Amino acid sequence: MHQVGILLQLAWRNLWRNKRRTIIMIAAIVLGTWAMIFMTALMRGMVTDMIKDSISAMPGHVQVHHPEYRDDPSIANLIPISEKELTAAFDAADFKIWASRVRVPAVISSERESRGVTLLGVDPAYERDLTFVSYDDVEGRFLSTSDDSGVVIGRKLAKMLDTRVGKRIVLMSQDPENDIADRGFRVVGLFDANVTAFEEKYVFAGKATLQKMLRIKDRVSELVVTGEDYRNVEPTYAKVSALIDGRAEVRRWTEVDAYLGAMLRVMDGFVLVWVIVIFLAMSFGLVNTLVMAVFERVREIGLMLALGMRPIIILGQIIAESLMLLVLGLLIGNALAWATVQPMKDGVDISIVGEGMQMWGVSSVLTPELLVSDIILANVVVLVLGFLASLSPAWRAAHYEPIEAITKV
Amino acid sequence: MNLVFRLAWRNIWRQPRRTWLTTGAMMFSNVLLVIMISLQFGMYGLMIDNTLQAFTGHLQVQAHGYKEDKKMRQTVPDIVPIARSLREQLASDTIAARGSAFGLASSDERSYGIAVFGVEPAYEPGVSTIPGLIQQGRFLHDMDAAEIIIGAVLARNLRVDTGDELTLLGTGRDGSFAAAVVTVVGIFDSGITDLDRNIVEVPLGFFQDVFFMQGSGHQIVINTPVIDEVPELQRKIEALLPVDEGLIVHDWDALQPGLKQAIKADMSSAFFMYGVLVILVAFSVLNTQLMSVLERTREFGVIMALGLTPGRLGRLVLLETAIMGVMGLILGALLGGLVTWWFSLSGFAYPGMEEMAAKFNLPARFYPQVTALSLFIGPAVVFVFSLFAAIYPALRLNRLRPVDAMRVT
Repeated sequence: MHQVGILLQLAWRNLWRNKRRTIIMIAAIVLGTWAMIFMTALMRGMVTDMIKDSISAMPGHVQVHHPEYRDDPSIANLIPISEKELTAAFDAADFKIWASRVRVPAVISSERESRGVTLLGVDPAYERDLTFVSYDDVEGRFLSTSDDSGVVIGRKLAKMLDTRVGKRIVLMSQDPENDIADRGFRVVGLFDANVTAFEEKYVFAGKATLQKMLRIKDRVSELVVTGEDYRNVEPTYAKVSALIDGRAEVRRWTEVDAYLGAMLRVMDGFVLVWVIVIFLAMSFGLVNTLVMAVFERVREIGLMLALGMRPIIILGQIIAESLMLLVLGLLIGNALAWATVQPMKDGVDISIVGEGMQMWGVSSVLTPELLVSDIILANVVVLVLGFLASLSPAWRAAHYEPIEAITKV
Repeated sequence: MNLVFRLAWRNIWRQPRRTWLTTGAMMFSNVLLVIMISLQFGMYGLMIDNTLQAFTGHLQVQAHGYKEDKKMRQTVPDIVPIARSLREQLASDTIAARGSAFGLASSDERSYGIAVFGVEPAYEPGVSTIPGLIQQGRFLHDMDAAEIIIGAVLARNLRVDTGDELTLLGTGRDGSFAAAVVTVVGIFDSGITDLDRNIVEVPLGFFQDVFFMQGSGHQIVINTPVIDEVPELQRKIEALLPVDEGLIVHDWDALQPGLKQAIKADMSSAFFMYGVLVILVAFSVLNTQLMSVLERTREFGVIMALGLTPGRLGRLVLLETAIMGVMGLILGALLGGLVTWWFSLSGFAYPGMEEMAAKFNLPARFYPQVTALSLFIGPAVVFVFSLFAAIYPALRLNRLRPVDAMRVT
């Protein structure tokens, strides 16, 4: 124990023999650590935002459709189970949130213009936490009941159609027999969405109203279920599958949105690669610093060896020096990363590149996400690889021939 | 100079290990930069090409306000003659007029809301890749025929084949009801589901007839083989257009604002990473050069006592750094170029890339090109930063007093 104390003391003092060098090296480690954690937090935050946006923009964690609906989202491909049975089964199953919807392509027309849209028949009582529309922020009002005779459309679409709250529009689609099904609606509300494309694309109407208009009795096109955690959808998936029992297709959101599913999968790999790349860039400087520290002390090390200090102590001393450098750098680096992420934790406005971020699927406010696992990963990688990198100079120092080392000029 | 160079060369090889570690740090980041930048710029190029050449084109002439609202009555009058005169005056064939409307396309079994484009059969192939992607049947060729080409997904969903008839329903320019029966003559397959499901094309003359366009249309699309010529071309076209019609020339950035911003957003995160790498290398150089100056204090003292000015010594230190920098640059660019070249033959891919690439109209495997710019831009920046890092050690020499310096042990 005593020996370890001396060893550490020696290492610490050696470290500060050349203050400038040590400080430069620590600065490099601080920068590297900060970049590792800060960048990772930004990327994680971005992916989480994307997924949250995307899940709130309809899918839910698990979706149920007719098997052919994915390729052919038409009225002909409805879930072959009556709404009554679905409601009974899913209400009883104690899901966090679930809803069934009618979802068909349609044409919306005002007196002047027509547009292609996705028409959603929803039951407002079930959708509150599921869609990207917050009921209270709707200009006018959101639908009140499933047989509401109004529609809620996006602000952008209203502008394109030259319409506004209180005016009438016509929705046109088809019934299962391919007869045109159309009906006049009054616009009762306008919604805003983070992603402008949603304002052009989605039109909300009452589910029961649409079922009547489309002549589909009590059938629905999709059923979505949201569980506790989007990262772990398996329990929800298993429960839904059991209820549906093969009568319709059940899919996880990672299958529905292949892009985001891939993003989530790739993220962990990306974080690891990024941390290692940064470490490698630092490691050249680290090894160099140690090599120099050993080289300028060759005579001294030789003397210590000649006086009977065991090589293992020399080895330990150099490694201790290296670890002290790393730990100091890591401490400051972590603190700095925390200090930069903290003020941003309510989100940073990045609307300068907002439309581009929308193309990547992100809204224009970015909220960094500091994961404990990422911080641990970065620190462990730096310590473990840093330890390995310092082995070579330490080994060399411990295996000098004392006589040669002492006489070296 | 020759003498200084020889001195510098010998100085850096006094400590080969240190020199190689410093050069190694430069090489490491240079190799990474070359590969990353080649991939990045290659991807951006493909993103732009694939997105624009599919349909949008590099420039479009539109009526004022059409880009935002896309209303039927925001038209370009006498669009065919204007397009013809542009083709003549610019001596270019890659200019074509289009009209666009939304409508419901119905087959015997199904109906879908779609975007109908009226195109000039003779010139459309110059501005869009869709005519070349006809998998079945043929492209349009008569300006006034009641013919239509549709995407593969739409054909499957509508259950139609070439030779079958479709009914188009929509709103005409004056707000009246527009309807027509058309024969499917071709089916295209672009692989982009959105295009293949939502876009159909009919001859422009026929389109103007059905939607009561009275000779007008909505956009004149202009393509250019060289994307850098877009601004100049835009000015030329603006000068050629009839005045007082309220016509506007939009470039691709205005037409697809998400595209450039998506690239910018990606670039800014990439540049952050590159910046961290470069600065870490600079720290490494700073440390090495500072050490190499400090350990030569006595030697420098002697040289200065013999009459050499601090300025020339400083230049010696900078030259040493420059030599290492050049080695790092050449070796890094060479190695990075080799790896990139290998990717250009075998293709670059990572797990999950296929799903992510599809979102931006990119292929699942990517073949980067080695260009002089991508090869040298990164390494050049590293070189410059390394030289900057050596300025501080070089300037320290000014404070060196020969007598004190020679006494340093």
